[in-house]
Amino acid sequence: MKFGVIIFPGSNCDHDAYWTIQQVAKQPVTFLWHESHNLENCDAIIVPGGFAFGDYLRTGAIAKFSPVMESVKKFADSGGIVLGICNGFQILCEAGLLPGALMRNVGLKYICKPVHVRVENADTLFTSTCRQGEVLTIPIGHMEGNYFCDDSTLAELQRDQRIVFRYSTAAGEITPEANPNGSRDNIAGICSPGRNVLGMMPHPERAAEPELGCTDGCKVFQSLVGAMASK
Amino acid sequence: MKAYVYVSLKKSVLDPQGKTIQGALKKMGYKGLGDVRQGKYFELTLDGELTKSEVESEVERIAREVLTNPVIEEYRYSLEE
Repeated sequence: MKFGVIIFPGSNCDHDAYWTIQQVAKQPVTFLWHESHNLENCDAIIVPGGFAFGDYLRTGAIAKFSPVMESVKKFADSGGIVLGICNGFQILCEAGLLPGALMRNVGLKYICKPVHVRVENADTLFTSTCRQGEVLTIPIGHMEGNYFCDDSTLAELQRDQRIVFRYSTAAGEITPEANPNGSRDNIAGICSPGRNVLGMMPHPERAAEPELGCTDGCKVFQSLVGAMASK
Repeated sequence: MKAYVYVSLKKSVLDPQGKTIQGALKKMGYKGLGDVRQGKYFELTLDGELTKSEVESEVERIAREVLTNPVIEEYRYSLEE
């Protein structure tokens, strides 16, 4: 299974994602420069974290116009696997691949810490190695992670089980205190109607090896690899 | 011709920055203060060759397609000849 990690000017988790795929998930991986339309026959595309185009105007607002995003949109529309992490999630929302928007954290502060997220849907390509309701510990690092969407979009996400991760306590309770940034419905990650596009604010690549203190994030990559292998 | 574009959060969207500014202003004792909303302001200079209606249509396109995220924001603009 070949992965492609997109690099925008200002991406800074591109190498972490590349490392995790190559060294931990043991899969072929290549970098994709944002100015190219060529996805190089990758089976899955990672839109990594960072500050694409300096977050100027809005997070992801400039990145969505990069040539590579036209190809990513076509790829996703035809069922291709796309994983947006943090800034990548923001870019996918701006580009219209996922609904809603990520706003400034309610506390107005940049938050960088491990959080608990509950797996709300273990029946996706990205979570197939998780148990339904399992609590993962994965770090966040963002200023704009406050997920917002209107009431009808939220109802649709809930009805179609497209909310994949929600911020929870260590015991798996969904409480306001467990919500680090003010996200609607404690949403930490959602997927597309076809469930082939996932956007999540926590950084699974930062929790994928014992040296990093936690390996829960590895499950996202292992799920993808496992799901593709069994196809 | 110059265009002044104002982008603000929709009324239905909470504005934590506006709330923080409001709280600070109230603490400082400013009188009669109601809601505070923070927004963004852009000055665009457009080619003098364009007609007014061409300018309007370009400014609206720029505001709609780039300067705002329609999920959370709205815009208005004014022109100066």
